[in-house]
Formats: sequence, C-alpha cells, structure tokens
Amino acid sequence: MSTKRIVQIGLVLSLFVAAFVSFYASANPDGLEFVAEQVGFLDTAKDSATGSSPLADYGLTGFEDERLSVGIAGIIGVLLTAVISFGLFTLIKKR
Amino acid sequence: MKIPTLHIPDGFISAPVSLLFLVISGFFVFLALRGAKKQLDEKVAPLAGLAAVFIFAMQMINFPVAAGTSGHLIGGALAAILIGPWAGVLAVTVVLIVQALVFADGGLTAIGLNVFIMSVLATLGAWYLFRFFQKIFPKNRIGFLTATAIASYLSVPISALGFTFQFALGGTAAITLDKVLIAMVGVHSVIGIGEAIITVLTISAVLSVRKDLVFGASKLKVSLVR
Repeated sequence: MSTKRIVQIGLVLSLFVAAFVSFYASANPDGLEFVAEQVGFLDTAKDSATGSSPLADYGLTGFEDERLSVGIAGIIGVLLTAVISFGLFTLIKKR
Repeated sequence: MKIPTLHIPDGFISAPVSLLFLVISGFFVFLALRGAKKQLDEKVAPLAGLAAVFIFAMQMINFPVAAGTSGHLIGGALAAILIGPWAGVLAVTVVLIVQALVFADGGLTAIGLNVFIMSVLATLGAWYLFRFFQKIFPKNRIGFLTATAIASYLSVPISALGFTFQFALGGTAAITLDKVLIAMVGVHSVIGIGEAIITVLTISAVLSVRKDLVFGASKLKVSLVR
C-alpha cells in the first residue's frame, strides 16, 4: 500500500472520528478534572483567554443541535491541525 | 453532551512555574525541530502530518473509566513509535497548540505545562521505555507490540507524575501533595489501559500494511514476520 493511500485512509478515519464518533464520547470529567474535583483544587481553574472562541469547548457557537455543533467543531479542528502539521513536517523533512 | 476539557487550565499552577515550564518545553521543542530534521525521511513526512491529525481526532473521544470519570488518548507513545520521538514531540505539540488557541482546551498560560507532560514526558518517556522493552523481548511482532503496549500504558501515569511534580512546585491550592499524587497516578493507571489499546491497534494496523513506515521497527531492524 502506498504512503499516500495510508495517509488518505487515515485522514478519512480522523474526519469520521472527529465529525461523528465525537458525539458519543463520554461527557464525564477526564482524569485531571476528576482528580481536581475530588482532591479539591478545581475551583482554582480560570477561564481560558480563548474561552470566547467560536469553537470553545469543542462546540460551534450558534448551533443548537449538539451533534452538528460538535461535529463541525471536529471537522474544523481536523482540517486546521492538518494544515499546520503537514505544513510543518513538509518544511522540516530531510531533503 | 459536551467534550470535557482535557488539559491543564490556567490557574492550577502559579505563573512563575508556568513560565518556567514554557521555557523548558520551548527548549525541548527546539531540540525536536533539530532532531526531526535528521530523523524524518521524505517518505514518512506525510505520515507525521497524519499522526497529529489522528491524535487530535482521537483526543475528542473520551472513553468512560470507572467511578464517573473518563480518559482520552495522549498519543505521545503512538507518535514516538510511529514517526520517531522528535517528530512525535512536534506532532503532539501541534495538537496542544491548536486545542489551546482554538478550542479553549488547556490554558494559554498553561501551554508550557501541557507540552511538558504530554509532548515531552509522555512521548520521550514512551520512546525510551519502548526501546528498552523492545530489546529484551523476542524480536518478532508479538514482542514488538508487547513493548508498544507497556510503553504506551506507562506513558499515562508518567504524565500524571509530571503534573504532580508541577503541582508540587507551583500548585495554587493548599492541598497536601500525597493526595494529589495518589489520585493522579491512581486514576491515570486505569486510563493508561485505553492508551495502550488504541496505540497497539493503530501500530499493529500500520505494521500489517507497511512495516517499513513504522519508525520503531525500521530503526531496530527487527524481523516482524509472524
């Protein structure tokens, strides 16, 4: 299988996961947040300076439908990460 | 439904200690840029790009863990074994920067803290553990994947230890350290199972189609015939 083919399959799989599967992710607090709450330092967290980002907390502002909101956020995140990472690694690879 | 915040927010750790880790992480990213230039072959560069994308997507999938908590992939072990430790550091760092800047996940002042425990500790830690176990295990597919499983599993409690260390240096809450240590390592020792499963499945899939693309395999010239 060509590298190009593997990358294509990987990208489609990543888009699928970020766009559709993400809706079914567990909404329980993750390990760090859980510990912070249990042990008692969660209240020291401050809102992020990017907290008013239209994509804050993996939801697109203005979309009531959560499936749509998180799905679109996921697609944008995958595309954005792809542009940056493919750009970066193309720049630094051995020539 | 809301994806839980995954990373260290602003405020947990004091500003000076956050700054200290920004400097330390910056140094490692500098080393990684230099190292990746030497390690990253033209043919695997697209795979490195994909690694960051795949880690971003997989981090959105929090899996439930006992007692009302959840875990998610770090991806450092996966990246290190698949594309090499230095390119791996860069891939995870790209993900963390996108998450902090665009998704408000992980505080902006905490970026150095997050990069240190997940890009540096988890990724490089997993790589050296992987190399260690790879050498003592049989040089076949099972040995390779067992080394992958152990290294990726341990990378999660190692990250948790890293956070505890940061908390010891600059935690803003007045809480005794042993409580943080026990809770962090305890919970993440369970979450590590998920990390190991996802990492082994992914590495195993790439090994099956193109073992020459797996950095950890090409480097060690192991025979991966079943």
